[in-house]
Order: sequence, then structure tokens, then C-alpha cells
Amino acid sequence: MDLASISPVLLLASLMVAATPILLAALGELVVERSGVLNLGVEGMMITGAICGFAAAVETGSPFAGFVAAALGGAVLSLLFAGLTQVALANQVASGLALTLFGLGLSALMGQGYVGVKPPPTPRLDIPVLGDIPILGPILFGHDVMVYVGLGLCAAIWAMLKYTRAGLVLRAVGENHDAAHALGYKVVRVRVMAILFGGACAGLGGAYISLIRVPQWTEGMTAGAGWIALALVVFASWKAGRVLLGAWLFGGVTVLQLNLQAAGVAIPVEYLSMSPYLITILVLVIMSADRSRAPGSLGRIFHATG
Amino acid sequence: MRLEKILAGAILAAGLAVPAAAQDPTKVGFIYVGPIGDGGWTYEHDKGRLAVEEHFGDKVETVFQESVPEGADAERAITQMALRGADLIFTTSFGFMEPTITVAKKFPDVKFEHATGFKTADNVSTYSARFYEGRAIQGHIAASMTESNVIGYIASYPIPEVIRGINAAYIHARKANPDVEFKIIWAYTWFDPAKEADAATALIEQGADVILQHTDSTAPQAAAEKAGDVITFGQASDMAEYKPYPRVSSIIDNWAPYYIERTQDVMDGTWESQQVWHGINEGMVEIGEITDAVPEDVKTQALALKAEIASGDYHPFTGPLNKQDGSAWLAEGETADDGTLLGMDFYVEGISGKIPQ
Amino acid sequence: MLKLEQRPEPSRLWTYLTPPLAVAVTMIAGGALFALLGKNPVEAIATIFWEPLFGEFAFYYGPQLLVKGAPLILIAIGLSLGFRAGIWNIGAEGQYIVGAITGAGAGLAFYPADLWVVFPVMVVAGAAGGWAWAMIPALLKLRFGTNEILVSLMLVYVAEQLLAAMSLGLLKNPDGFGFPGSRNLQQYAPAHNAELVAGTGMHWGVVAALIAVIFAYVLLNRHVLGYHIRLTGQAPRAARFAGVRPKRLVLFCLGMSGALAGLAGMFEVSGPAGQISIDFNVGYGFTAIIVAFLGRLHPVGILLAGLLMALTYIGGEIAQSNLGLPAAAIQVFQGMLLFFLLAVDLFTNFRIRVIRPETA
Repeated sequence: MDLASISPVLLLASLMVAATPILLAALGELVVERSGVLNLGVEGMMITGAICGFAAAVETGSPFAGFVAAALGGAVLSLLFAGLTQVALANQVASGLALTLFGLGLSALMGQGYVGVKPPPTPRLDIPVLGDIPILGPILFGHDVMVYVGLGLCAAIWAMLKYTRAGLVLRAVGENHDAAHALGYKVVRVRVMAILFGGACAGLGGAYISLIRVPQWTEGMTAGAGWIALALVVFASWKAGRVLLGAWLFGGVTVLQLNLQAAGVAIPVEYLSMSPYLITILVLVIMSADRSRAPGSLGRIFHATG
Repeated sequence: MRLEKILAGAILAAGLAVPAAAQDPTKVGFIYVGPIGDGGWTYEHDKGRLAVEEHFGDKVETVFQESVPEGADAERAITQMALRGADLIFTTSFGFMEPTITVAKKFPDVKFEHATGFKTADNVSTYSARFYEGRAIQGHIAASMTESNVIGYIASYPIPEVIRGINAAYIHARKANPDVEFKIIWAYTWFDPAKEADAATALIEQGADVILQHTDSTAPQAAAEKAGDVITFGQASDMAEYKPYPRVSSIIDNWAPYYIERTQDVMDGTWESQQVWHGINEGMVEIGEITDAVPEDVKTQALALKAEIASGDYHPFTGPLNKQDGSAWLAEGETADDGTLLGMDFYVEGISGKIPQ
Repeated sequence: MLKLEQRPEPSRLWTYLTPPLAVAVTMIAGGALFALLGKNPVEAIATIFWEPLFGEFAFYYGPQLLVKGAPLILIAIGLSLGFRAGIWNIGAEGQYIVGAITGAGAGLAFYPADLWVVFPVMVVAGAAGGWAWAMIPALLKLRFGTNEILVSLMLVYVAEQLLAAMSLGLLKNPDGFGFPGSRNLQQYAPAHNAELVAGTGMHWGVVAALIAVIFAYVLLNRHVLGYHIRLTGQAPRAARFAGVRPKRLVLFCLGMSGALAGLAGMFEVSGPAGQISIDFNVGYGFTAIIVAFLGRLHPVGILLAGLLMALTYIGGEIAQSNLGLPAAAIQVFQGMLLFFLLAVDLFTNFRIRVIRPETA
């Protein structure tokens, strides 16, 4: 055993990277769920974003174009879900699962020509002064742009939900769609926009895996990250700040687990891998006491009568 | 099987009706556990299939089914290939062992080849590769090139094949450089690019400047490339896109010669059940190009080691060797028997850490 | 302008008409996809839908439909009871896994004793395992008011890790050369869920699925509990006045769906799959949710939907190996089918009215 070989600074820095894809996807899903819609298709949208972004980046040579394409790809796929649940009023759970199935297949088809191709590298941001600060520098200031996009998005969503009218409308729609409708809010329009936003974020998260974290394209490469993002939203009790915490926790458990193994600590891997989910359940239980519950209309179908 | 007979009759009738028609092509089926685009395990098996097609041209017809889950679905996939008239079926994952045996019982005239298993029947052969021979060479290169004396090893599941690889690499690393130390991570997956990348990163951050992997994606290669001063080896596939650095060599599963040979056997009617465990000598285990990033003398030594293993002059598990707990395993000059190797569940002396249970 | 108007009663006509309509639309869209991939669309569609039922080897594929469909139907029946009452168990995959573990574990505990009692014990253990796993979200919901959708989903991941731990540890085959996975129950006769009549695909799981369909039908139509379930789903408040005790309903619905999912896992592991292994679960628990909705939460509908799903799986496999269609194309095709089936349901509950803009 050689715990000294684990460098806390590097550990935290790689935790920031490991957390980013699930953070991005979870932030999108947070907005979706806050509008009262449960989209279980995150995995499908992530993997679609992963291939759209990868293909675009390879074809154009620009990782930036890749991320734009990934967001678009995720949003277009989520449009299917929006059409089903908001226009055709289909059940959200079933539609989301179907979306995941569809997305996994579609991405594999699209990606057939991209196996074994290397994407253009995404440059790291070298922030001149901040990056040189000991300890904090490498943890916070030595990453690629998308890490900061994730953090920025987190702050923006937090502020949006808390301080803006748009956030208020979103929450109103999610808490009680009938009341929101009575107040004259366009429930369906708000929800469709939220779903598109969620799709775009999931797409970005997927592209982060295929363009930066791994970086390569292989079928099924998101390997369940979308489901973790779903768990994360619940863990965070639908609060943006806690999503960030949760992403670090979920990403951190994996990174820590691998680091402990590398240091020669004998750990029961499976039981450690369970822990984030058990913690999430625990959080759900605790949350029920402080009354910050799921959005009231979560998963319910809205149809304006009259 | 009643329908089998009807079918055989129909084929016979067709044959009689058109006596001049060319012989039916031999139909060869492949059952894959992953997608052919995985860039590793299944990808290499599919290359073997394509080689069969190329070699025999019109005389064969190949069919395959990818991403077949192990268990009940595998049994159906294999059965359906047999029903469709396959003469020879390769099932290319350990988890297909039971379904292969079950289906083989129902189709005594069809030949089956199961990769990496241990159960055979009159019409079921097994084949596997002595990947550990390649690991010995990797271990040598790794230990000769490391500066930090820390070698990271991404292992998949604690099964004999993986443990064998770790031991073979470790023994030869120690021979080349007595100061090396192995850090082993059990990823509990064969294929999860994100997790493999994280594992590689964790090893690199803890000082490893060589990464050996027994998982199938190229993610660790990319992680090493990002880190800059870390070398890697291709696994299952050449992973040539990371040449010449960080990937300095590779172990390639080359199934093509075996697949061609066995197809030929079926064509000639000389196919017999067997258990083969082929290595470098037979060409099933190939050592990918050792790039110029490797110093010339190390490369020469590695190639000499490869030649010795190939000729049979040297066995990678040659005593004196002790087990991890210090108990004697192989005496001076003694080589390990295949039985022990196939069921290997212990580390050799010097490796720290425990095999997870 | 078009406007949706809720029908006072779901349309009977459309209930029967929508599934064929969706299948037809899928055939067109799927055909276009296959044509795009350079395959003959008619041949591909025919392979998927015709080959398993009436093709040359239908004698084999027919029974396989039962093997593939039975776990889907068994799980979906259980889920549909809860879904009708507005109780959302989406963690059937986890209950399926745990049922398989407890079922197989109970059987292996007897190994190698040759006792007739082994299989019945496994059935009870499998059902109990699934039931217990489903009781976690049920009890947490009752005690703390936690959302059962989320808790049951989280428990799927926990169950998957448990499965890995069992395959590598407690249940690992001692004679398996260190490979992960339990002993093969197919080779331990007292624990083997064999075909009841060889070549028919009928194993105990299929029988259980059929019994479940009948049971659910009777429950929903003839029993006061079924009435309570339907009432709670349609009008929760009225249900209170009608004497429904919501807590007992939660316990019943979650427990029932868990037990059935556990049974499905147990029948699968002791029959078609044969052993506990890391990749034992292939998503039946999630697919069953879709099956439940495709079947409109009606027992007979679920039976048909389960068989339809099984048909696309098996036909898809045939299309893969006969026509060289990539597995991914089949997945996309299935996804489309689900989308269309979900979308056309609109016509059952709503009618579309054309509203002329008022001319002023």
C-alpha cells in the first residue's frame, strides 16, 4: 500500500474532468425536470451528441464545430421526444426509454466510418497567472474550455432559476401545469424549449467524452453515463449547485476507486461502485424531510382543456 | 431433427437436378460478442473472417452476427446459423461456451469452434492464444524503458488469462530491471473507454510512465498521449494510430491463419475436434511493429526473446519461480504445464497487492 | 387550424386500429432506412416480420418467440398494475437481477443434491428476492414519501453491482477455472427450468407469464382490488372515498411487480440463460416498461405487445445474419416502431378537430 503516491492535487484535477460529461448532461436534465418533464433518454442523446460532435470535429478539423454539432444533434434527437410527449401526449417514461434505444442504434450507424479515427485535439486553456498558483492552479485553471463551460452553465442555470422571470415560468410550469396554464403561460412551448435545451446539454456531455476525455469514437462509448446523469439530478434534489457537488461525488468515486487500487489498497470494487447510488437514495430520504421535493408535475401529461 | 433431414433431402434433390452446378460454397458463421467496430477484440475476429473470404473467394460464404449477448440469445444466434446451413461456426467469446456445446449436440454435422473455452465435444473444438508470450516481450520493453520504475497495468477481470498476462509481464520486467514495481488496476470491464481513460490517468498520476492494458479500447493510449511522456502497448489490435509514440509495440490477435486452416479442413473433410492453444510460433499471437521510440538494443533484445519463444527454446514461465506467498512453484529450469497456466489464480513472487476475490 | 379534443371515452375503434397502423408506418420508414443502407427494403422487412413466423425455420423461431417474450410479458404484467394506479416502478431490471440471484443462489445451495424440492424452493426464492428489492422503494415511499421512480431506478445500478460481485465471488463456479459466473443450472437437473415439451420453447416461465396474464385480467375486471387500482389511477380522490387504502395499494403494486420481475429473472437464469454471469441482464426490465405501454396496460394487449417485441428481436437477428444488416440498424428500427406506437395512441384518447378561424 502506498497512499503517498496519490497526489491530492492531481486527483482533484482529474475529478474535474471526470465530472464534466455527467455535469453537462445532468444540468440539461435538471432544466427538463424542472419544467415537469422526465426524459429518460439522456443516454441516447449523449451518445448521439458524442458521434455528431466527433464526426463534425473530424470533418472540419475544429473541435469547436464539433461541440456545436453535438449540441445540435442532441437537440434534434430530443425533438423526437418533445413531439411524442408534448404533441402526441405519449407517456414520458416509455418515450424516454425508446429514445435511448433509438439513439444508441442511430449513433452506431452514423459512426460506422469513424472507428479508429483520431479527432483534432481540443486545446487546454493556459491561463497565464492563475494557472501558476500552487495547488489551486492545476486543480482549477489547467483544463480545457468545456470544463469551464460546464461550470459556467451551472452558475447560469442556478441564477436563471432563482432570479429571472424565465426561471419563474419554468418552475411554475413544472410545479403545477394547470395553474401555470391558467395564468396564461404556454406550458407546451416552455416544455419543448426545456427539452431541446436538455438535449443540447446531453449532446455536449457526450461530445466531451468522445472528443476530450477518451478521445475516440466507439459504439456504446458513453457506457451508462446518461443514467448516472439522471441519478445526479435526483441526488441534487433539482438544484443546480448540488448538481455540481453530485457530479464531483459521482465522478470522484470512480476516480478515487481507481487511484486507491493503483496505490495498492485492496478494496471491494463492486461495493464501492454501488455507493453513489445508495447515497442518492439516502439523499432522497433526507430530502423528503426538508420538503424540497421533485417538481409537482414531474412526469405528468399536460393537455389544455378548453 | 426432422427438418434437418427434409432440408438435407431438398439439397440433395437440388444437387441431383443440376448435376453440373458448382459445389455449394462452404458456409462459415461467426458469432461476435461486441460490435465489429469496437476496434479491439471483435474487430480482430472480423478481420479473420474477411481474410477467410479473401482467401477462398467464391468457395466460401461467411455470415456473422455482432453484439450477441451471452446466454439465451447466443444459443439462438448459433442455432439459427446452423439452421441456415453453416458448415462451420466460430463462437468468439468465453461466455458462448455453454450455448455452443448445447447447440452442437443438436447439429452433429456442423463443426463448431469456440474461442478461449475449455469444453469440447466431437464437433466442438476450442482455440485460444498464448497471449502471455506477447506479455513477456511487453514486460521486457516496459522495464527497459521506464524511468520512474513504475509500470501501470489496467486489468479487466480477475480471471486466469488476465492473471497470466500480469505474471508473464512482471517476470520479464523484473529480469530486465530489478527495480520495477507494478501498479495494477482492476477495471471490471473489457470495454469502457471512459473508465479505461480514467484508470490510465490514475496510474500516470501515480508515477507510472508505462501503461500495459488488458482492456480493449484505445482510451488508455489517448490518455498516455495526452500525458506526453508515457509509453503504451496496443492490445488485441495493433492500435497503429498511436504509433510511433506512445504506442511502441502491440500484441495483435491474428485469427486469420487459424480460421483459414480450419475452413480448409472442413472443405477437405479432415476437420477433427481439437484443443489448440497457439502462440507466437503459429502466428496467432503477433507482436506489432516495435517503433523507433524503443532504443535499438532493447528492440534487439525484445526480438531475440520473441525468436526464442517462437522456436520453443524458451518458455516464459521457466523456474525458478515462487508464488507471491513465497512458496515454491517451479524449480530451476522447470516450465509451467498448461493445466496450471489455464487455471492460474495466483501472482508470482514480488507483485504486491491481492487478486480481488 | 387543428385542435386536439379529449374523447370522453377512449375510442374502441382506434384502440384496435392504432397498433397495425404504427406497424405499417414503421415498415415504410424502416424500409426507407434499409434502402438507404443499400439493402432491399421489402426483403428486409419481410425477413423481420415474416421469417420468424412463416419462414423455412419457423418451427424453431416460433418457440423462441415464447422464450424471448415470456420474461417481457411477465414483468410487464406486474408493472402495468402499478402503472394503472399511478405507482411507477421503473426498477424492474433490478428486481429481475435480484430474483435471478436469490433463485439461482437457493438452487446452488442444494448442489449437488438431487431433490425434487429444489426447483419449487428456487421459485419461491426468486419471487421473494424480487419482492424484497421492490419493497425498498415501497417502504421508503410510505415512510418518507420518497419518489419510487427514482429509488427503484437507483436500485437497478446497485443490483448490477451486486450481480458482478456475486458472479466473481459468492456464486462463482468452483470448477470454472476462475472465470466469473456461477455453475450452469442447465446441468443440474433438479434446478433446471427445462422445456416442458421439447422443441416448443414452453418452459415454466412461459407458463407463469400466461398465468400472470389471466390473473391480471381477472383481477382488473372481476376483483375489488382491480377496481381500486383502476379507480386510483383515474380519480385518486374519488378512490379515497371509495375506501381505497393507498398505502396497501402501494405495497401490493410494487410488491407484485417486484415478485413477478424476480420470477422472470429466476426462470431465465435457471432455463435459457443457465447461469449467473456479469452480463446476465440484457435489459428485459426496461424493455418491459415499453411493452406495458405498447399493450396499453391491458393484460391481453401486453401479451400481444410482448410477442411483437420478441418478433422484432428475433426477426432482427435473422435480418442481421441473412442480409448483413448491422445490429445498430435493427435497434433504430425498433426505436422507430416504439415511437410510432406511442405516437398513434393519441388517436385513441383524442380526436382531431379542424377549427375554422372565425371570419370577422
